[in-house]
Amino acid sequence: MDTLKIGPYEFRSRLLLGTGKFADLETQGKAVEVSEAEILTFAIRRLNLENPQEPNFLEQLDLKKFTLLPNTAGAYTAEEAVRIARLAKASGLCDMIKVEVIGDPKTLLPDPIGTLEASKILVEEGFIVLTYTNDDPILAKRLQDVGVHAVMPGASPIGSGQGIVNENNLRFIIEDAKVPIIVDAGIGSPADCAKAMELGADGVLLNTAVALADNPVLMAEAMKLGVEAGRKGFLAGRIPKKRYAQASSPVEGMIE
Amino acid sequence: MVVVLNGKTAELSAEINTVRALLASYSLQEKIVVVERNGEIIDRSLYEQTPIADGDRIEIVHFVGGG
Repeated sequence: MDTLKIGPYEFRSRLLLGTGKFADLETQGKAVEVSEAEILTFAIRRLNLENPQEPNFLEQLDLKKFTLLPNTAGAYTAEEAVRIARLAKASGLCDMIKVEVIGDPKTLLPDPIGTLEASKILVEEGFIVLTYTNDDPILAKRLQDVGVHAVMPGASPIGSGQGIVNENNLRFIIEDAKVPIIVDAGIGSPADCAKAMELGADGVLLNTAVALADNPVLMAEAMKLGVEAGRKGFLAGRIPKKRYAQASSPVEGMIE
Repeated sequence: MVVVLNGKTAELSAEINTVRALLASYSLQEKIVVVERNGEIIDRSLYEQTPIADGDRIEIVHFVGGG
């Protein structure tokens, strides 16, 4: 069976789903269900003590069915990311972490230095580390050198929906990869998912494109199918592109 | 007793003198939360024996939606 292996874990689904920005918990629950995602990302934040009993998506989940992937979103330094990661792990719910160290509030592009530092520390501390990074092939290598369990290059800026803006770099990253490459951030449509998977990515992580779609549940299903189509297309091996036409029907035996 | 709780100054009554009592005061015993006291994560098993003292900086965090 074609599975996604990350560290000691193995998954049937290659679609990882974020849990932010959904309009309501019911829609979110349905979207997660139809997406068939097995890995869900979360952020770690202060509890609102003015409303401590506020309903929370995590509490509605059957935690036996999902692997939690908390992120270090909000961190601008390696230290902040490590602190958030430790808090997440102390929940006792998970040992995976999505390392995310942002370098600029406008583009939300990752700070490569802080990203690498945080990843190294967290690998050493025994986390299963999935690092969100720029689509930089050299940084992807450096991250693998420090032992991350998956590299997650952005397709384009977080939440932008621009799709894959540097296909070439993604190809370079994928060609040399020794760990799973998961395209994370910037996905806008099912076609983007299919494209990423056809390039040979091992998975896709997205959030906004589903959460803010007009119909998030239908879009969740579409994204699942996009990932599956792209994966199968990759495994099947596409034909090379040619400059001119090649007839599909026989050229011999024409009626004269 | 005055502490800084999730970034805000908070006046706690005298009986809230352990992490466990603090969580109970917000009915958070059964919730999935993580507590940090003065920068150190407090293991769940130590909530009862971990004191809260005047001037402590306490963070109570949880999992929220995020990408």
